[in-house]
Amino acid sequence: MARRSLNEGVYLSKMNRNAGTIRLVKSWMQQLLILLGALLAALLIGAILLAIARSNPIRAYYVMFTGPFSSRFGITETLVRATPLLLVGLGIVISFRSGILNIGGEGQILAGAVTAAALALVLQSWPAPVLIPLVLLAAAAAGASWGGIAGWLKARLSVNEILSTVMLNQIALQIYLYLIRGPLIDPQEVAYGTGVPQTALLPRQVWFPRLVPATRLHAGLILALLLAVLVYVFLWRTTIGYRMRAVGAGPAAARYAGIRVEFYLILAMALAGAFAGLAGAVEVLGVHHRALEGLSGGYGFSGIVAALFGRLHPLGTIPASLLIGALILGADMMQRGVSIPAAMVMAIQGLVILFVVSSDILLRQPELLSRMVPRLAKKR
Amino acid sequence: MTQAINHLEMAGITKRFPGVLANDDVTIEVQAGEVLALLGENGAGKTTLMNVLYGLYQPDSGEIRINKKPVHITSPRQAIELGIGMVHQHFMLVPTLTVAENVALGLVTSAPVLDLKVVSKKITEISSSYGLAVNPEAYVWQLSVGEQQRVEIVKAIFLGASLLVLDEPTAVLTPQEAAELLNLLKRMAEQGRPIVFISHKLNEVMAVSQRVTVLRDGRVVASVKTEDTSAQELARLMVGREMTPRRREGEARPGRTVLELRNVQAANDKGSLALRGISLEVRASEVLGIAGVSGNGQRELAEAISGLRKVTDGQVFIGEREVTNRTPDKMIASGLGYIPEDRLHVGTISSFAVWENLVLKDHHRRPYARSIFLQNGPIRSATASLVGSYGVKTPTLDTPTGRLSGGNIQRLILAREISRSPSVLLAAYPSRGLDVGATEYVHTKLLEARKTGTGVLLISEDLEEILNLSDRVAVLYEGKIMKTLPVSEANERILGLLMAGVA
Repeated sequence: MARRSLNEGVYLSKMNRNAGTIRLVKSWMQQLLILLGALLAALLIGAILLAIARSNPIRAYYVMFTGPFSSRFGITETLVRATPLLLVGLGIVISFRSGILNIGGEGQILAGAVTAAALALVLQSWPAPVLIPLVLLAAAAAGASWGGIAGWLKARLSVNEILSTVMLNQIALQIYLYLIRGPLIDPQEVAYGTGVPQTALLPRQVWFPRLVPATRLHAGLILALLLAVLVYVFLWRTTIGYRMRAVGAGPAAARYAGIRVEFYLILAMALAGAFAGLAGAVEVLGVHHRALEGLSGGYGFSGIVAALFGRLHPLGTIPASLLIGALILGADMMQRGVSIPAAMVMAIQGLVILFVVSSDILLRQPELLSRMVPRLAKKR
Repeated sequence: MTQAINHLEMAGITKRFPGVLANDDVTIEVQAGEVLALLGENGAGKTTLMNVLYGLYQPDSGEIRINKKPVHITSPRQAIELGIGMVHQHFMLVPTLTVAENVALGLVTSAPVLDLKVVSKKITEISSSYGLAVNPEAYVWQLSVGEQQRVEIVKAIFLGASLLVLDEPTAVLTPQEAAELLNLLKRMAEQGRPIVFISHKLNEVMAVSQRVTVLRDGRVVASVKTEDTSAQELARLMVGREMTPRRREGEARPGRTVLELRNVQAANDKGSLALRGISLEVRASEVLGIAGVSGNGQRELAEAISGLRKVTDGQVFIGEREVTNRTPDKMIASGLGYIPEDRLHVGTISSFAVWENLVLKDHHRRPYARSIFLQNGPIRSATASLVGSYGVKTPTLDTPTGRLSGGNIQRLILAREISRSPSVLLAAYPSRGLDVGATEYVHTKLLEARKTGTGVLLISEDLEEILNLSDRVAVLYEGKIMKTLPVSEANERILGLLMAGVA
């Protein structure tokens, strides 16, 4: 009996290995097509909105899709936007894979940004090799604590993390605004009486080096790319990552196997917060060189889309961040170039998010698609 | 109005999935007034065939004929319109609605107002004409599993089904409820309905059907009149070889105590006391069977021992160590192996690869990990050899576990739990829902574990399983052990009485 099964097992594994590879390739293509289909559908509906707003959708989309790629400015600015998206997205990948949703990226970005700015200003004279890592770590710790609160509330008191993170965003925003308007405001702003809410310019040695002269593209991109690889290794090659994925994919089984589910929920949220905090610090050190109003720029939310678009895979999040970065930049350019109201741009972004997230069900259950297609065809 | 189905034929049905030929030129036939049993092991293609009939799958070739006329069924809706009613293994009822409301859910009507009174009246008519006791006003959550199944049957008839398909209908029922259902099916067939009864339980097939079609590996291996065959022959046809029930061999030579419960109390999820002072002892090299109707504290007992449920009073010992209310990882470290009742959500993680599930409890130990890094080489070679030696049929080590059949998932769990050589092995309903071959394998492995010195605590509602495997039997009733007796003094009648709370 045992011998028979053994032979069967070997036979099966040989027979199906090729079939498995083929299916994998096919499904990868299929996934890409589904995602692009979702994008197209969102843009079609966006075109209707644009038409209602009496803009020419073709011209608008032309600017939106060629702008980011047609000049050095466009390309580097796409990358500038992709950097925080990737960082936030990596945190989202960790938290979603662990079965906890982090909608608190915005607040965590601000926590990281203000910590980075304050620390760099206090330690003005420290040398860069010490100061930069210290500032980054402090920002990550700040984001981690802010995210960890929601994780703790979820693990210990079963507070819905979506609600708590959204609320914590508001709290973080108000604290941030208070700090950059009050205690941390640039003394020059006070002296000149202009009162723009922003901190003083950070000491030059903490600024990230520029990768391309005369553009805003900075070394933060390289940091984000390295971290993407690191997160991949962490999730799929370490015991901690394994446990976090187990907690996300099968909490009851994880608990059964002796994994401390609550601990890993909190850890997941803290890590998500750490990455968002890092994104905040990178915006401060790389782009603005100070903390100012509107710094988070919606990256806390768009990062979620980047992660989902990247199939919740750290490496998939890299191209996804580029795509979303280009979309955001393109929308900005469209707004300026074709003078479309900002609300419309947000509506189009919202549509993209909605469609991408909805297409998830098709990605998870490809057999649904094979049932849907003939049915749709028949209706017509 | 749909015309009654007097004759249904599925001719030469072939259905291929990537890498699997699920149905290979399958032909079945059923006519009014008879019960056709579709017999086969899990994975033999019974469910695929019925999904083809119900319009969920399109066959690659073959034809369905109703009353000798070919039909194309492309959706469940169309199947219902043609008069095909399906009662699934897992009920599709909304617990917070009443029976009448649930039945009305499937109704396609153009009337804007739903008249539940009419629905209720028709339900009462149906239930009286078939002797199907169902109260249309009752809420579904108040009903027992058997009653819910009757609601599903009423629903199918209400929606105009003249042919009924029941997929493993007795799997979730108590023996009494199962017997009642079989009588009902016989009565319904006598009144001129064709019925397709899917099962892998031989005695039920023998009791209820007029004809049997046996499927194996997607092919029809036999189509016979029930009166011309026997349970033994059907078993041989279904499995493809002779079957012998596994029994423990040799006298029990129990060793030291490996698990002891002293007066253990624990609450259920609703907070009421589910274990009311359980004391028991499992010794090395013995199987202690826990018999009883499910819901008498079995789940709570298993969870209390494995550290998943708080013990409110009393003590648990594994070996010499007291482990009361320790966390699951401490229980595992003390030598507890656990085959949980829910193999899909607790025993394994469906989306995890086969290898990932095999190292679920040991991923952080050498040689599978060094510091925090997983060691792919040792993991792959160890899990590949487990897959081989426990005969887990899987395309690759990277296949998501949820894609395997129930029997193969259970083999995977056995491989993981037994290869860790636990001192105590807690097995909760280890063969529930498995086919004959897989059940036999589970029993073999449990007895092997007993032979190598493991103390096995076997929780089961299958008395045959309990009597075949156990050295001693304890009967659990309403959170208490009614009695513990050596298997030589136990039989189905005595256990049955104890299970009903009659001392």
